[in-house]
Amino acid sequence: MDSTINTNPPAPGNDPTEGLITGEHTYETITDKVSSIVINQRKQPLSWYVIFGGAFIMLNVMMATITHLLFKGIGIWGINIPSGWGWDIINFVWWIGIGHAGTLISAILLLLRQQWRTSINRFAEAMTLFAVACAGLYPLLHTGRPWVAYWLFPYPNVLGMWPQFRSPLVWDVFAVSTYATVSAVFWFVGLIPDLATMRDRATNPAAKVIFACLSLGWRGSAQHWQRYEAAYLMLAGLSTPLVLSVHSIVSFDFSVGIVPGWHTTIFPPYFVAGAVYAGFAMVLLLAIPTRAIYGLKDFITMKHLDWMAKIMLTTGLMVFYGYMVEAFYSWYGGDPAEMDMMKHRMFGPYGWAYWMLISCNGVAPQFLWFPRVRRSIPALFILSLIVSLGMWLERFVIVTVSLTRTAIPATWGYYTPTVFDWSMFLGTMGQFLFLFFLFIRFVPMIAIFEMRDLLHKSHHDDTNGNGHGVNGHTEAPPIGTQTTIPAGAGE
Amino acid sequence: MMTATTGARYNTLYGIVAEFDEAEQVVHAATEARAAGYRKMDAYTPFPVHGLDEALEFHDARVPWVVFLMGLTGCCSGFALQVYTSLDYPWNVGGRPLISWPSFIPVTYECTILFAAVFGAVFGMLALNGFPRLHHPIFNAPRFELATQDKFFLCIEAVDPKFDREVTAQFLSGLGPTHVSEVEN
Repeated sequence: MDSTINTNPPAPGNDPTEGLITGEHTYETITDKVSSIVINQRKQPLSWYVIFGGAFIMLNVMMATITHLLFKGIGIWGINIPSGWGWDIINFVWWIGIGHAGTLISAILLLLRQQWRTSINRFAEAMTLFAVACAGLYPLLHTGRPWVAYWLFPYPNVLGMWPQFRSPLVWDVFAVSTYATVSAVFWFVGLIPDLATMRDRATNPAAKVIFACLSLGWRGSAQHWQRYEAAYLMLAGLSTPLVLSVHSIVSFDFSVGIVPGWHTTIFPPYFVAGAVYAGFAMVLLLAIPTRAIYGLKDFITMKHLDWMAKIMLTTGLMVFYGYMVEAFYSWYGGDPAEMDMMKHRMFGPYGWAYWMLISCNGVAPQFLWFPRVRRSIPALFILSLIVSLGMWLERFVIVTVSLTRTAIPATWGYYTPTVFDWSMFLGTMGQFLFLFFLFIRFVPMIAIFEMRDLLHKSHHDDTNGNGHGVNGHTEAPPIGTQTTIPAGAGE
Repeated sequence: MMTATTGARYNTLYGIVAEFDEAEQVVHAATEARAAGYRKMDAYTPFPVHGLDEALEFHDARVPWVVFLMGLTGCCSGFALQVYTSLDYPWNVGGRPLISWPSFIPVTYECTILFAAVFGAVFGMLALNGFPRLHHPIFNAPRFELATQDKFFLCIEAVDPKFDREVTAQFLSGLGPTHVSEVEN
């Protein structure tokens, strides 16, 4: 399929669906292409086993680390006074931020009627769920006694105690658990019609029964679709303020405290922008190999990658603005502790981290201004890695520098992670990839019914005289009656 | 081409279903059936076809209301939880009032969204759609597995006052379907 690797699409017209599905496709070929990945279990590519195997090993490294931690306590990590928050909080914020791009794609782009979200929303939402699962582990283990983590929730108990609702850490419990729950149900609701498709296509009797149960009896009734669409739109409308509130509340964990470098009102918006920025980098890191491995270049086109890169550039500029404002206000505010902290941040023992952060998040994304960079897959992949590193460094700088240089010189110190910080971090990456690769093998990774709808819409644009159709043949008979060979049949 | 499957027992007939290749055809068929006086019918499509609910004159505005009411419930119960716990376990922090409501906003907000999304949008929509449901007569329709893939179905149900086994089948055949079949209960 030459059309699938078209890195130089025709000049965009006014058609919002242009270039979102390349190659010749019908409802049947789209359904077949996406569902066959799940149905033909024997046809999994070798690279699936390689990545999944690697992820499984790393997952076990995490399990071993957690086991050791439960025996020994959190002292095995590098955290200690003055730096009571180390990699555990850095990685918590990093992971939860990554999750936010999934909600942005599924909810905010839906409300903004951006058609291009269609082929990437399903796995971006899955990414959200798995990123939140990784994020949740850190504060849970950081409590030191995770087996009594239910103490965080308000429940009547013999101690006669309740959580302290004036504390941002309690807000965080509510924000993150609500976010995890709503993301999970949003993802599941989006899956119901596709699970019905899988039920009707599955050949394995056990798989058929499982999909039948999960699809809840979906039959595509027009009345059901009407309520379904209303509910889906409502969920998008609720998830949008939710995602903004979650990272705002995460930033309150810092900004409500009076620690130098944390106590600033720019934190909520700049944390949210940073979350979306890191999240789109992760979507690109997952989409680029997945579309190649599974031959989905017709559905996740260069146009998708190009637009994701543009969002990365935009949010990257917001984040960079945040860094400049932080530096400006620590000088303009005139607080000696703030000024000292900023000097320490830039030129102190952690200066290397700050300048790496500026290069990763301030300088590197500027390459995305060039269309040639946005349309080059290796460049996008490398830039996404740099952005992910940059966003990790941002949290490192915020947490570590401020805690080791507070207002009292007697509490100054230096933070060094231990091998268990590393094994835990690499382990959560293993868990993330492990869950993600299970997902792409057992669940349709692209929203099939939304792709049919997109195909229907793009076909409509053709017949309305737009000239250059997505399918390349405007005189064609109605889509469903075509007998073209599935576009991806050779892959 | 048209194949009519004959039902074994007349009294268990659920309806007559017509299969179409195109979304526009099923919208057209629904409009025609409505004009011909049929009321008890439903369409089954592989994606939400816009204009179909208008053609069937079906509109259910309850989902947003359920979401709103659940959101309100979440908002009130989230705030009430914090007020109650603050009074039940009074904790004087720097002389601030026990019910320091501005710091209760984030949790109230999260509870609003949690209730509205989970109990309103998801459970509300599923309950109004009658899910989960183990079986439905429409699944007896031949080739119905294509309704979740690439074909569009319109079913006129036997409970419709105007329903007549022969006339309705004839009527549906005239709308350009690829198949017309009887569906048993």
